[in-house]
Amino acid sequence: MAEYKGVMIFAESAGGRLQPTGKELLGCGRKLADELGEELSAVIAGDGIADLAQQAIVLGADRVYIADNPMLKDYQADAYVPMMQSVIRQVSPRFLLLGQTDIGKDLAPRLAFRLGTAAVLDCVELAVDDEKRLLMTKPVYGGNALATFTTDSCPQIAAVRGKVYSPPQPDSSRQGEVIAIAADIEPTAIRTKVIEKVTEAREGIRLEDASVVVGGGRGIGSAEGFGQLKELADLLNGAVGATRPPCDNGWVADSAQIGLTGRIIAPELYLAIALSGASQHVSGCSGAKNTVAINKDAEAGIFNVSRFGIVGDWRKVLPSFTQKARQLLND
Amino acid sequence: MNIIVCVKQVPDPEAPPTSFEIDAENKKVTAAGVPLVLDPYSEYALEAALKLKDADGSRVTALSLGAELSRDAVKKALSMGADELILLEDEAFAGGDSWSTACALAAAIKKTGDYDLILCGRQSADWDAGQTGCGIAELLDLPAVTIARKIELSGDKVRVERITDDGYEVIETTLPAVVTVSNEIGEPRYPTIRGIMAAKKIEPIIWKPADIGLEKTGEADRKSKIVKLTKPQRDIECQFIEGETPEEAGARLALRLRQEKLI
Repeated sequence: MAEYKGVMIFAESAGGRLQPTGKELLGCGRKLADELGEELSAVIAGDGIADLAQQAIVLGADRVYIADNPMLKDYQADAYVPMMQSVIRQVSPRFLLLGQTDIGKDLAPRLAFRLGTAAVLDCVELAVDDEKRLLMTKPVYGGNALATFTTDSCPQIAAVRGKVYSPPQPDSSRQGEVIAIAADIEPTAIRTKVIEKVTEAREGIRLEDASVVVGGGRGIGSAEGFGQLKELADLLNGAVGATRPPCDNGWVADSAQIGLTGRIIAPELYLAIALSGASQHVSGCSGAKNTVAINKDAEAGIFNVSRFGIVGDWRKVLPSFTQKARQLLND
Repeated sequence: MNIIVCVKQVPDPEAPPTSFEIDAENKKVTAAGVPLVLDPYSEYALEAALKLKDADGSRVTALSLGAELSRDAVKKALSMGADELILLEDEAFAGGDSWSTACALAAAIKKTGDYDLILCGRQSADWDAGQTGCGIAELLDLPAVTIARKIELSGDKVRVERITDDGYEVIETTLPAVVTVSNEIGEPRYPTIRGIMAAKKIEPIIWKPADIGLEKTGEADRKSKIVKLTKPQRDIECQFIEGETPEEAGARLALRLRQEKLI
């Protein structure tokens, strides 16, 4: 059995550039590799992506494996899993890191089961223990607890949440090796077909990028109610978010859902209106630097994670808040 | 079409956060007094199956696993409209992870012999691992489409709308296949009186590890280890802004946030 060594990251790309996830993984991967005293390698897969190898090298990779093949243009498990399997067979990395992305959430578990090892998804912290095993920490029980996992099987696979690690500074003096991987993919082996990809028009700033988010819960009661939140968000150059019930009820788009299985946000200011603060939701907004809550229930959990709060009916509090805020901002 | 829906029993995730406590020594989360219910994503998976049953009369089998399964919780699958309930119930199934769970479920699915579509929730409200569906697909050598918001039959294939970061993609797959389901599929239906009465008459089929050819399962078949469990640190003292009226409080809050340079 091959000896496992080094850290490998899966670097996603789009439009001829490495995605933020790839850069963040290079930063995180480099730190882990340095702690182990071992190498960092990156895998870049797609169609016409060979030029990206240099980008990965200046960001810290010692070696870049390029799988360039028209069959890898869109992610499909039946193409990507065997491709990764053959790279891993060649390289035998101790750790394999992917992003907690549309691809990562699908590829990481399939690969783990294919290889007979364990993966941990949505990691918010990675560390190395005394026996050179990867310690992977993630929220569980809807965010009520943090669990740290490890495994004795290799490679140890982690899907890392976005924006937890920062991209490294590029160092154009860095040298590295580029190795082409032959991706032998039988077209008949692909059982899924991507019929179309639809980008849903989003109004305004992305929730994940907004520095102010106004979020509403079940207590908002209607789409009209959310109109008031939108008015406030527009005033503060922010975005509107919600817990799951408003999305399920169609008061707001599904893409507005903030939570463990929705958007994870980390704004400067999060205004939480008429939402109780269920753990699954708080998991998605606990990264906010300042949370301010309005809820008529003094016992609402959201107050436990808020810097400021008002116990009261949002229908009375919010219009007055918005009016005053408008006045103050116009001065 | 034969549809198998994997459903999980969990302590009610809607219970107040304070009901969930960490047993650091045994590396378990305890939820004393919290009722056991079907995991919300399992219900969404059931709803997806029942929508397909509404459309073309598919047969829906619910499958669950655990050491001790509350009949109130798992029979809800039947009262919502599933035709059959299979329970993998035994002490040996306790303490497992995604690996052992997927292995057991895959073995049970194989034993049923006839399946076209296997549905799971995208993740479960307790461990939030999000791997069981893909694991079953891998073990049974099936294609899988994850995080579905819509599932439709398309001839001898299935068309799935998969949620992506900036919208969705439409993926067509051959059958049999695994699909994991997200809440965007639509609100799970309430059990009807008729469904509840029917559920009372249906006896679940119970299988033990030996029935599905497993020598070891649960804790004995884990691939991952829990090193530690902690509560997230959230040390914040909320400052409550008050007023003679709610309107006054609102205005005061705006002023305060302006002073703090938050707006």
